[in-house]
Amino acid sequence: MRRQIITLARFTFLEALRTRLFFVYVVGLASIFALTFFIQQVAITEASRIEIAFSAAITRLLAVFLLSLHVITSVVRELDDKGLELTLSFDLRRSDYILGRLLGFVLIAVLVATLAALSQSILAAKGGVLAWGVSLALELVIMAALSLFCIVTFTQLMPAMCFVTGFYIVARALSAIRLISKSPLSGESPSQHVMSWLVDTLALVLPGFDRYAPTAWLADGGAQWSAVGTASVEAAIYTSLLCAAATFDFYRRNV
Amino acid sequence: MSQRNERSWRSVPKSVIAALAIALILETGFQSHQPKTLARAQALHQPPAVSALRLVSLGENIAVAQLMSLYLQAFDNQPGISIPFRELDYGRVSDWLKTILALDPIGQYPLFLASQVYPQVPDPARTRSMFDFVYQEFLADPARRWRWLAHSALAARHRLKDNKLALHYANEIARLAPHAPGWARQMQIFILEDIGEIESAKIMLGALIASGEVRDERELHFLTERLAELESAEKSSTPSKN
Repeated sequence: MRRQIITLARFTFLEALRTRLFFVYVVGLASIFALTFFIQQVAITEASRIEIAFSAAITRLLAVFLLSLHVITSVVRELDDKGLELTLSFDLRRSDYILGRLLGFVLIAVLVATLAALSQSILAAKGGVLAWGVSLALELVIMAALSLFCIVTFTQLMPAMCFVTGFYIVARALSAIRLISKSPLSGESPSQHVMSWLVDTLALVLPGFDRYAPTAWLADGGAQWSAVGTASVEAAIYTSLLCAAATFDFYRRNV
Repeated sequence: MSQRNERSWRSVPKSVIAALAIALILETGFQSHQPKTLARAQALHQPPAVSALRLVSLGENIAVAQLMSLYLQAFDNQPGISIPFRELDYGRVSDWLKTILALDPIGQYPLFLASQVYPQVPDPARTRSMFDFVYQEFLADPARRWRWLAHSALAARHRLKDNKLALHYANEIARLAPHAPGWARQMQIFILEDIGEIESAKIMLGALIASGEVRDERELHFLTERLAELESAEKSSTPSKN
């Protein structure tokens, strides 16, 4: 790997430390822990299960939101400060820039997932937490790559963040949408067939996030490492796709 | 984003285009070989505790109650699968409806579901459990909830053929919901008449007319005629067909 890629990744990671991303994240995790403890106190039955389910769901949303926002604002800041022009004036290919930044964001994603898994290990069984943490890391890696692709393509915070949010919601709900589109109650009209075909096509180009880090692994046990393995392959392919798409767009931009 | 800030796609190195194409083919190939998600019927779980729901609703109790109503209503049609009412656990359905009413006591949606939707099940025991739910909730707020008990009384009379239950509900409406319209408060009289309890119907109708509660002249005229019909029917010992 080229030295420049490692350097960019290192500075990307340092930027996350210096902008206090991890501090904010840990404060968020502590708040979630306090909130779920309170919910556990008021629950009449299945208190522990409710505590784990709330905690895991909110932790995942916090991790995805903070990471995506960090990736997008980091690149926006670089664009606004003209740091990008300075960086590209060195002996650096545009693909190296994307790879370096992505590598840094992937490291941040892994650390964010590790902290999430550590917080969950206080509540849930360790075996389930490990598989859940690895699976969450894969989900976050894809989201980091997606955020990088969006900000390279849109160059502005609002459209990039809106796209990332919409993508995440659709990717998490896609299995349910596919099942509903094939429901016997949805009829046999041509428009239903077209909708079903569109949903199936969408499923070919979106990751199935509902298979990543299921809360049931923490609440009920029975984590499946085979599912983690499948998710690893999917994450590798999808991150490569997003990286290639971001590089393609970045090469087309006049800087 | 504007056109002038972009170069032609020919300026992109071929290796990047090749990587993009390969990744896209791999992704679509991977997804097309993934096993399809199968629809599986899920049992209706216990509703969350009311206190927990109040907490997570952030003060929007009505919104959460309405969402829960829609979730419960749609539960028989889970993604990709349709579940007959008879496979639902009606005890849990009652728990959900109670929770929704606890969050939004003024809302009528749960009572509508309990009196009109869930009693459609072809199982008298389950239908009765829904009517009983409506009755228990009616006791908590008769002024707002009488109409759902009236629906239940009619359904008990015609669907369950349980005149005793229908009469009990009608009596309770007359006793506890003085502001309900006349047709609801007079329902007990016509049920009594239907089941051949002419003497009781006559006494109740006479008492209603004498009480002065009915002020509308046409309604009063109708009830007086009805009383006369009952008296003549009693004389001829033939129960009314109405």
